Amino acid sequence: MTDLLRLATAGSVDDGKSTLVGRLLYDTKSVLADQLEAVERASKSADGEPDLSLLVDGLRSEREQGITIDVAYRYFATPRRSFVLADTPGHVQYTRNTVTGASTAQLAVLLVDARHGVVEQTRRHAAVMALLRVPRLVLAVNKIDLVDYDEATYLTIAKEFRDHTAALGYGEDTVVTIPVSAKKGDNVVLASDRTPWYDGPTLLDHLESVPVDGPDDTAPFRFPVQTVIRPRSAEYPDYRGYAGLVAAGSVSVGDEVVVLPDGQRTTVEGIDRYTSALDSASAGDSVVLRLAHDLGIARGAVITAAGSAPDPVTEFTATLAWLHDKPLTPGRRLLVKHGTHTVQAMITAVEDRLDIQTLALDADPGTLEINDIGHVAITVAEPLPLDDYDTVAATGSFLVIDPQAGDTLAAGLVGRPLVTTPVDA
Amino acid sequence: MTATESGVELRSAASPAGTDQLDVLESEAIHVMREVAGEFDRPVILFSGGKDSMLLVHLAHKAFWPAPIPFPVLHVDTGHNFDEVIEFRDAVVERYGLTLEVASVQDYIDDGRLSERADGTRNPLQTTPLLDAIADHRHDAVFGGGRRDEERARAKERIFSLRTAFGAWEPSRQRPELWNLYNGRHKPGEHVRVFPLSNWTELDVWRYIQREEIDLPTIYYAHTRDVFARDGMWLTSGPWGGPRDGEEVITKSVRYRTVGDGSCTGAVESTATTLDEVLAEVRESRLTERGATRADDRLSEAAMEDRKKEGYF
Repeated sequence: MTDLLRLATAGSVDDGKSTLVGRLLYDTKSVLADQLEAVERASKSADGEPDLSLLVDGLRSEREQGITIDVAYRYFATPRRSFVLADTPGHVQYTRNTVTGASTAQLAVLLVDARHGVVEQTRRHAAVMALLRVPRLVLAVNKIDLVDYDEATYLTIAKEFRDHTAALGYGEDTVVTIPVSAKKGDNVVLASDRTPWYDGPTLLDHLESVPVDGPDDTAPFRFPVQTVIRPRSAEYPDYRGYAGLVAAGSVSVGDEVVVLPDGQRTTVEGIDRYTSALDSASAGDSVVLRLAHDLGIARGAVITAAGSAPDPVTEFTATLAWLHDKPLTPGRRLLVKHGTHTVQAMITAVEDRLDIQTLALDADPGTLEINDIGHVAITVAEPLPLDDYDTVAATGSFLVIDPQAGDTLAAGLVGRPLVTTPVDA
Repeated sequence: MTATESGVELRSAASPAGTDQLDVLESEAIHVMREVAGEFDRPVILFSGGKDSMLLVHLAHKAFWPAPIPFPVLHVDTGHNFDEVIEFRDAVVERYGLTLEVASVQDYIDDGRLSERADGTRNPLQTTPLLDAIADHRHDAVFGGGRRDEERARAKERIFSLRTAFGAWEPSRQRPELWNLYNGRHKPGEHVRVFPLSNWTELDVWRYIQREEIDLPTIYYAHTRDVFARDGMWLTSGPWGGPRDGEEVITKSVRYRTVGDGSCTGAVESTATTLDEVLAEVRESRLTERGATRADDRLSEAAMEDRKKEGYF
């Protein structure tokens, strides 16, 4: 088990997400005295309690509007675990930030207001989490105090959420629902005696004890080359190493590897981590590989396990989450960044678009607009060694970039990783 | 501090090499630095001699070994320096064979391009020399030691942070940052600030300094110094000025948690002369390092946000 959990939070407007995150920080004593004083100075709450949402709403316009605009990262720790929390906005036009937070999360906490239950934003967020393969979900049914701690209300919401996430492919043991009041503190860090009918964990108990799904080192080995290290110094005249982060799987000295896209075969002669010579390295390790043959490898190549190397392709189907105000225009020249390789690309067709409410696919939408998720056909100028996102996420993901402005237009996932059973809206 | 003592001890004792949180953070930072080396033409490391910028140099050394660090370093010199820090800066440049670029706030004041503020603080004056140096050297990527745990506006910062041709940070133009795929595309004249330490906390930094036996300027450890109280901080006399009427000078055992412009960087009372003692203090601290030691961040609720928008670090 690893000691670091990366999680994302998402909720609809006014669900009290910033207050929940503030409560987690406050009750785990992660808030330092000067931060708390600043909040108390700025608090306008009528009841005299500090407005905990001010701990996390960092930008002036956020505080002025009382909403969270941009993804913020929070750090807290308990004796049992350290947490990196990506706090993502709930407002519909900021769903792109939910995608951002989800892309690195091992667990997502979704919030609903107990008075309103599961709403369209909840469905959208759950679909984004499913699409990006966030392994575990928590539904925090917030403001339970405002429905008088009513068990039936909670159970109805919990069942609706479970039905929805089951349709998205989540197994029962990967979804947990918890009745909380972020404002009053019920079941966030401390168990509440006002929900005697609830015998599950508090939110923090769950975050501390949930299994962490670490980088997948059982996947086939994938190593995008970032840069070539050639000191040509008196001490190391012939040193030639390929620097990168092990994206998936593991590699050992002596392993046979294939270098893509060209397909040359060679063996791993050495694995260096600074001055240490390692026997092996696995997903998440930044290392330098030395190979038995000088193959003229440059940045952009992918070193892969022999026997499981994907065939490089120039045409493929992908799922896009469109992130930019400017809608997709099929046929326009774009860039695709895959691993350490950026190539020219063109989206030749938009096959369908996901209806976030019903989880049905609408055929031939013609375009994708901001916050849309759909399937597209892509052609790239140079062959890319792609994996399906649901097989090897690290080499099944890519960015779509505007070549002129440089903006990131879309998050791309190779294949059709979103498995859904349409439900009645 | 966020972690309780037992928690930290548990982690460092129980985690074998290769799974420790510090290894995760180190691998991530090295990955970021190698992406910059691969995608940019003229990167530079902002180097103040402070602990976070020293960490950047150490990580760059590890990222490209046995080749030399492929980036020069840029020091924005306010002219209000601690002597120990300048000596340290020069020693680090020598040890790693670095090229040092200096942008001098004093030069700008001397020739009238900037004027001294009424409060004598020079931290806000660093922005213009910094942006000019970036433009003059045509730097397209600028490494900073900023961490998201430092301050609320920084918590929203990307690892690759696009700056306009005017050096400005525009929160609404921030690119979504997905997986570990960083987008460094920029137009001519724009540049990208890069923060490899984004996910580190102050405690992580100190634990890593201890693990890697990284040298720091001596003022990070407790020493005896003449100080005076202002705005709830212990400031020290220097070329930037000294106590005003009614501010009494006292000799105290202090250390610095951050290294910045001498006029506005406060010392904290401390007897921690060793790394172990500093770590113990950091764990128990009830103040953020900026709140405890930076007068400039107390100017307003949005002081850092405003300075970042103008092009500050």
